[in-house]
Amino acid sequence: METVIFLIFAALALGSSLVVVAHKNPIYSTMSLVLTLFSVAVLFVMLGAPFVGVLQVLIYTGAIVVLFLFVIMLLNLQRTGRDDSRMAGQSLQIIVALGGAALFALLIALALSRTSLPPVQALTADMVSLKLLSRQLFTEYLLPFEIVGLLLLVAVIGATVVARRPPQADTTTSYVESTKGSEP
Amino acid sequence: MEVPIQWYLLLAAALFAIGAAGALTRRNGISIFLSIELMLNAANLTLVAYSRLLAVRTGQLVVFFVLAVAAAEAAVGLALFIAVFRQRHTIDVNRINLMRW
Repeated sequence: METVIFLIFAALALGSSLVVVAHKNPIYSTMSLVLTLFSVAVLFVMLGAPFVGVLQVLIYTGAIVVLFLFVIMLLNLQRTGRDDSRMAGQSLQIIVALGGAALFALLIALALSRTSLPPVQALTADMVSLKLLSRQLFTEYLLPFEIVGLLLLVAVIGATVVARRPPQADTTTSYVESTKGSEP
Repeated sequence: MEVPIQWYLLLAAALFAIGAAGALTRRNGISIFLSIELMLNAANLTLVAYSRLLAVRTGQLVVFFVLAVAAAEAAVGLALFIAVFRQRHTIDVNRINLMRW
């Protein structure tokens, strides 16, 4: 039963991740990423990490993917969509990238088949317990936790500053437009 | 029946390879970002799988931090793309060569 569930969601994750990297329209890619992340969240739960699975659904599919969708719709990428389809001109790059990726997966598979992992420990209630997990987070990992909080604050401020419309937007864009023709 | 941990690790390796291939071949900046998120998630799957194998909670906690850093990275990166799009009216990475030479 567990094997069947694993196979279903592994196949779902693999298939939808292929759609993520292969689809021309970034909106479909993003929606496919939701499916991938959700399948991986199910695998997290199967591995005895329900908290991580819930975080994955909440943070990734709830916040990050929605942010991606917002930006895609904000930028109105339909106009630039055809640029991405010109990939056929650089087939060598694509072959090298795919070959490298396949080689990577092959090497991992080879390494896994040649090494013997230690026996899997039984899944105890302590491993799944949210209380113990949060206790460890707030004692042993308190400093990284605070640093991550600071990082998020800096990221929010930085993203706001970077994405803000510059005060003299008109002169800046006209400057760029006027210099665009003189580029080599 | 228990699923062997190796299967999870293999799946994570495959997801990572797919994400890496996407990040290298796509030219739309947003698609590259999506591929990077895919690679991050594959790494998370590996961490949780080893956390299960060794019965230590550290892997799950590291995944928590990776999620937070991924959120920060997505916010800043997308803001950069908005800023670039405002200037160049494209996010095709082959045309954004401001800092190439």
